[in-house]
Amino acid sequence: MKKLSLTLIGLYVLFLHGFSQVSQKYEDIFQSKPLKLEEINLVTSYYSQNGSHSAVTGGGTSLLGLGANAVTLPGSEKLNDFSNMLELKLVGYGETGNRHTILAGLGIDHHTAASQKYITASGASSPDGTRVYPSLNWTMENLNKGTEVGIGTYYSHEYNYNSFALDGHVGFKNKTGGEFGAKVSAYLDQVVLIYPKDDSTLYKTGTNSLVTPYDQFVIKTNASSGAVYSYLPGSTSGSTGYPTASRNTFTASLSYSQVINKSLQMAILFDAVKQEGYLSLPFHRVIFNNHLERYEKLPNSRTKLPIGFRLNYFIGDDVIIRSYYRYYTDDWGLTSHTASIEIPYKITPFFSVSPFYRYYTQTATKYFAPLYQHKVDAAANPVESYYTSNYASSAFNSNYYGLGMRSAPPGGFKNTYLASLEVRYGHYVQTTDLNSNVISLHFTFK
Amino acid sequence: MISKKFTLFSLLLVFLFASSCETVKEYQKNRLNDAEMALSSRKVEKNEMNFQSYKEGAAGANGGKTGGGCGCN
Repeated sequence: MKKLSLTLIGLYVLFLHGFSQVSQKYEDIFQSKPLKLEEINLVTSYYSQNGSHSAVTGGGTSLLGLGANAVTLPGSEKLNDFSNMLELKLVGYGETGNRHTILAGLGIDHHTAASQKYITASGASSPDGTRVYPSLNWTMENLNKGTEVGIGTYYSHEYNYNSFALDGHVGFKNKTGGEFGAKVSAYLDQVVLIYPKDDSTLYKTGTNSLVTPYDQFVIKTNASSGAVYSYLPGSTSGSTGYPTASRNTFTASLSYSQVINKSLQMAILFDAVKQEGYLSLPFHRVIFNNHLERYEKLPNSRTKLPIGFRLNYFIGDDVIIRSYYRYYTDDWGLTSHTASIEIPYKITPFFSVSPFYRYYTQTATKYFAPLYQHKVDAAANPVESYYTSNYASSAFNSNYYGLGMRSAPPGGFKNTYLASLEVRYGHYVQTTDLNSNVISLHFTFK
Repeated sequence: MISKKFTLFSLLLVFLFASSCETVKEYQKNRLNDAEMALSSRKVEKNEMNFQSYKEGAAGANGGKTGGGCGCN
């Protein structure tokens, strides 16, 4: 009996000790910790493209007007872009054990585009432009329950386009390796209505004034100072600067990822996108079969439905297959298929090379026609309600291929904070004759 | 609109994969947690996704932008 009592006491102490250890572990994990800078990411890219179907000049090298006053606009799509993105990742733990992650980003792009000069027919517009886009995101994860919730905001500014965005997301993990995510986002954009100031009699109302194609505003330029004023039709009091038009994009995204086994996982991604407002761009010309010049006119609503699959497989110890497929359809008549494969090969556990290939094909939207193919009626009015000659809306295929390299030595690069370095080069060819090259570098500091 | 066939195909694919899953413990996830196994686009791909959204009509379902935020479609 004494032996039994001692055994029971011993077992009780053993269990008590065991459980007290578990309790201690949770306290250790969920100890409150202030936000701490965990990671800095820097992505820098150089992009160069060439082609001959610029939307600014009506989808090609074009002749504006007829006879002695005709002006030739070159259709070059030559463009160089240098972009940099810096992102800070801060992580902290709350008193209830929730992990808080803050991502603060800042991006700056600078481009030079040959076509941008031809926003004025004389080619006198500036070919340069800079875009600045800060962002801020906060995510709170409950590590115990496998749930997360987060919000984010984004702003982008360039001389003819401003954007402000908000988003919110939730995520749930289950015990069988599945993860469900839902996100809603709203982009509230303002397009600055800088129309080409050509000598078209369509929109001119007098010296230094121009009526926009949508008759919303009259734009006047002070001949001596060069200052620009916009007036509502019939109004005598103008506002300084160009008028703007709204473009709003609302997106609901759903994703589900699943671990299939120790080496294989997949994800399915679905977006429902609704765009409203001014969906054209004011500097995209359309030149009709009689050489009449107008500006791209598109419906003020668009619904997009893309669905994508990812399947990643780790084969043996050295090879990974990353695969992706997307089907896209929208109510402008465009459908597309995208398929890509990337095969990272680990030369060492910390250094890999990754050849990749992407194939893309799309049909044209209902509103696209090439240069001089949109028709006018006997009164010289467009036959169609909507029209564009932007080749992004045309039918084409594209191939994109290249090579990436990634190095992430254990403990980082010697005597530096650099934890990993990734380089990626790609060459892109479209059947529209557009081709481009892009090289990107990604530095992660810890 | 997405055709019925495609929706059915998607659901079948998810069902097939989901039904053949095995439970993987945290300590068995060294391959799944490899940076190149991530089920999302990587940061180094950011700029190429950006130019594709300018030069192509389709966007979305890849964790990136679906429209808005720039002068692209």
